[in-house]
Amino acid sequence: MSEGISESEQLEIDKPEVKKRLESVGIEFDPTKRAATFMQVDQETAKVSSFMEGVEIMSIRDALEKYDWVKDYFWKVVRRDQDAFTREADSEDVNGYFIRSLPGHKVEIPVEACLYLRKAKSRQKVHNIIIAEENSELNIISGCTSHPGVSSGMHIGISEFFVKKNAKLTFSMIHSWESDIEVRPRSAALIEENGVFISNYVLMNPVKLVQMYPTAYIGDNGTAIFSSIIVALENSVVDSGSRAVLKGENSSAEIISRTISKGGDIIARGHIIGEAPEVKGHLECRGLMLSENGKIHAIPELEAKYPNVDLSHEAAIGKIAEEEIFYLQSRGLTKDEATAAIIRGFLELDIKGIPEVLKKEIDRAISLVESDLL
Amino acid sequence: MKSRKKDILRVVNLGLKVDGKPILQNVNLYIQEGETYALFGPNGSGKSSFLSAIVGNPIYQINSGRIIFKGKDVTTLPTDERIKLGMGIAFQTPPKVSGVKLIDVLRHCARIGNRSEEDIYRFAEKLKMDEFLHRNINQGFSGGEVKRSELLQLMLLNRDFIMLDEPDSGVDLENIDLVGKSIRELLERDKSQDEREKSGLIITHTGKILDYVDADYGVILYKGRIACVGDPEDILREVSENGYEGCINKCLREFPNLNNLK
Repeated sequence: MSEGISESEQLEIDKPEVKKRLESVGIEFDPTKRAATFMQVDQETAKVSSFMEGVEIMSIRDALEKYDWVKDYFWKVVRRDQDAFTREADSEDVNGYFIRSLPGHKVEIPVEACLYLRKAKSRQKVHNIIIAEENSELNIISGCTSHPGVSSGMHIGISEFFVKKNAKLTFSMIHSWESDIEVRPRSAALIEENGVFISNYVLMNPVKLVQMYPTAYIGDNGTAIFSSIIVALENSVVDSGSRAVLKGENSSAEIISRTISKGGDIIARGHIIGEAPEVKGHLECRGLMLSENGKIHAIPELEAKYPNVDLSHEAAIGKIAEEEIFYLQSRGLTKDEATAAIIRGFLELDIKGIPEVLKKEIDRAISLVESDLL
Repeated sequence: MKSRKKDILRVVNLGLKVDGKPILQNVNLYIQEGETYALFGPNGSGKSSFLSAIVGNPIYQINSGRIIFKGKDVTTLPTDERIKLGMGIAFQTPPKVSGVKLIDVLRHCARIGNRSEEDIYRFAEKLKMDEFLHRNINQGFSGGEVKRSELLQLMLLNRDFIMLDEPDSGVDLENIDLVGKSIRELLERDKSQDEREKSGLIITHTGKILDYVDADYGVILYKGRIACVGDPEDILREVSENGYEGCINKCLREFPNLNNLK
């Protein structure tokens, strides 16, 4: 399956500075390392190919043409009239991706999807539908980035996830923007019986604003795990959280965030709502302040609507302990090496249930910005 | 055979403050190549601070004196550079470092000490720390495990001058032999006096470690000063019979010029 790609766009993707941007968000275009590829530049589809059976990938425009049932998934878990941005995304020229693992197929090799902001001052509107059918497994790396030098623009991304019975979906979103770009993802996931949804978010570069609050609705015995690694540099504002609604019996959720402010402002939110018997939820926000400017505001929320629930949270914000730096220096690390090791350790989330390749992509994204934090 | 032993550490008139409060005053200590000193003193006398200052903990402000290591003034040198010059230290209660695994730190130690990856695993097994390699350093380690982890790091660092802060406290009977023998090896106490190149400074309360390491000298740090120098076994016996005060008074009678105390 492949759409026509004009030569100029092909060339552009191969330019070293573009390649570097793509790699920084985990996009490789390497058929030996990916199960399928999708790339959207501004509003147009630039690349689609699938290298494995059991996974379908296409632009949302093609999907709407191909399957008449796809429209039934539109605005099913995200409200069309949620805010000005969902309304703006509800437009004629919206594009996005459709990724679906077929029933019973376990595709461990990640599918990559890239949303690329090419034109300055443009407003990219995306609507993605992701479906892990019954008993299937799907891993996605979604990399969103902008063209080098395109310092202003807006990215609005609607993503609706459907994790069917006994399915497992891992979605790792890596963002790399520039200082005047505004980003408004609007995502929600519906997790059916025994389904597992693992969502990871990594943001390490400057951005004007990221504001999002993805929500998971979890059915009987279902699980949702949200992990976020967020670094806010000078002049960046990141208001990000995850919400889990435990609707089914025995469902569980875990929300973990690690945030670092080096001059930027972060609001780290988290909200778990227990409304069924025997549900379990844990929320953990940890923040590290690396400079005198900026702020981290942790807002963990727990809400019980049923007596038999087990919800907990922990939040901690601090700075790097001098004692720890000294200790590592006493093992021969320089002050910078010691600081980097501690920051790395802080960001190293032991994300459960993600394939090794995804972990490597996340580690790589972290290592690329390490020097900015010293 | 060496005709003359080299200088390792010379602490000259060291005065130390933390948060403006004096900790040490006019401390002098001279350690030569191959020598091991035992450092005694009551709780709060400044022993740990002294070791920390020698290795360059920035929380201590040095308000007088100098630290000379291998003939070089290291008083203002960052800790890692002191390590590269040949110092090593095992802390009494090292901090936990979240997300930094023991193996990561051991690899840095091995790099400094010119040891191989194989050595890491060999020494870890020897010190019964092989199951802790992928744990966050010091996190959830028992007292004895902390001591063994510190020793393991020192073995890989392979330094010439080793400071140990109460390496024998909190170590259970089953492991004291292992810890004691490892320190003896680190300080080359099995070699003849002329062949020893490693030097040491060991803080001990109980003197338990001296059963394994026949320290050459003992010193008492008392109220922020060096109050007594002598045979470590004599000092230990005197302290256990007459307390620190008694030992120091005896010391002052015998060596009136030792230090202008009181």
